[in-house]
Amino acid sequence: MSDKENGQGMSRRQFLTYTLMGTGAFMAAGILTPMLRFAVDPALKRTSSAGKVEVGKVDDFGPDYKLVKFKVKIKDGWHEEEAEKSAYIRNKDGKILALSPICKHLGCQVQWNTSPDRPNHFYCPCHNGFYDENGINVPGTPPQAPLDEYEVEVKDGKLLLSLTPKPRGGA
Amino acid sequence: MFRRIYQWLDERLNIGPLWRDLADHEVPEHVNPAHHFSAFVYCFGGLTFFITVIQILSGMFLTMYYVPDILNAYQSVKYLQNEVAFGVIVRGMHHWGASLVIVMMFLHTLRVFFTGAYKSPREMNWVVGMLLFFVMLGLGFTGYLLPWDQKAYWATQVGVKIAGSVPLIGPYIETFLKGGDVLGAQTLARFFAIHVFFLPGVLLALMGVHFILIRRQGISGPL
Ligand code: HEM
Ligand code: FES
Repeated sequence: MSDKENGQGMSRRQFLTYTLMGTGAFMAAGILTPMLRFAVDPALKRTSSAGKVEVGKVDDFGPDYKLVKFKVKIKDGWHEEEAEKSAYIRNKDGKILALSPICKHLGCQVQWNTSPDRPNHFYCPCHNGFYDENGINVPGTPPQAPLDEYEVEVKDGKLLLSLTPKPRGGA
Repeated sequence: MFRRIYQWLDERLNIGPLWRDLADHEVPEHVNPAHHFSAFVYCFGGLTFFITVIQILSGMFLTMYYVPDILNAYQSVKYLQNEVAFGVIVRGMHHWGASLVIVMMFLHTLRVFFTGAYKSPREMNWVVGMLLFFVMLGLGFTGYLLPWDQKAYWATQVGVKIAGSVPLIGPYIETFLKGGDVLGAQTLARFFAIHVFFLPGVLLALMGVHFILIRRQGISGPL
């Protein structure tokens, strides 16, 4: 009996190779697919962050920035905690601006008006990043975007912030 | 395409002998179920290995979410099972596989026993097999505590007390296993370490020896 019977189609050896490898691949996929999907789940999960937090009375804020800290409930897998967040808030010319202090370069914490090199700027000590008094990044310093902004809402004289700050366009 | 890739690599790295040494050898007729269906009993060793691979893989993935801490262990298992995609499946594989691997190992042992495969010159591989059996029981015992639920806690309490009833050294074994006087935080930490580092290490080493001996000595003859 020759390997190739009647000279047509594939050889018996090739057929066996394909079916065995196919079955093996099917089994391996059946085992590995759930495991891999399990592992990458955090990257595919939707995060919900609707809602607002109260950070004080509107009258507490003036034209100069004030750093307020507030607690937000966060769910970190099986662990839930009240995480502390903060915002730089000012109320100037009837417009309230609430900025996230997280540097848009690599995530350090910016400070208002602490660098003698540029007064009235936000300063990030990690790599000398600067943002002007409106939170717009100063070109030529590491950050490539303005500080994120919290949505604000005034209700009965109280100031409420959205839970997650949003990126702003420009500069 | 695969053939071309293989040839390209083989020309440079000479990988042929590597896999031939592992996979390319005659299967004697009396162990081939295609010749005598009853020869399927010779598959149990391979099935034990297959499930062990699943245990190791699923266990590695479980540790991406599991934490060995008495305050959080139960919550982390609950979370990975109910809220992570395919969590039920991955935990299910590890949970049921843990029992199945012992069943397979037992059937494999029965086949070795009833075909007399443990006789000269293969006595040492019987001994290695017995060591593998105890390591596997150890994995089952230490793994069972990890979910830190009622069943886990009391089963371990009982197991540790049994170990403690050994004459003379019993109390020392019990304290060693518990990592202190109470069954608690330190017990969970060390059971986790034993379950995912120490015993799998020993298991892999023993399996290596088991397979090398089989290659050296070949499969025992027909009845
Ligand atoms: C090879 C043989 C193994 C056996 C027989 C085994 C056995 C077990 C058992 C019986 C449980 C309790 C499962 C439950 O109650 O649902 C368990 C849990 C666990 N095992 Fe293993 N295991 C093995 C290998 C491994 C390896 C290699 C790892 C990690 C590298 C691992 C990681 C875990 C983890 C994280 C848990 C806790 C999660 C849970 O309970 O579902 N296991 N194991
Ligand atoms: S992180 Fe702020 S400048 Fe680099």
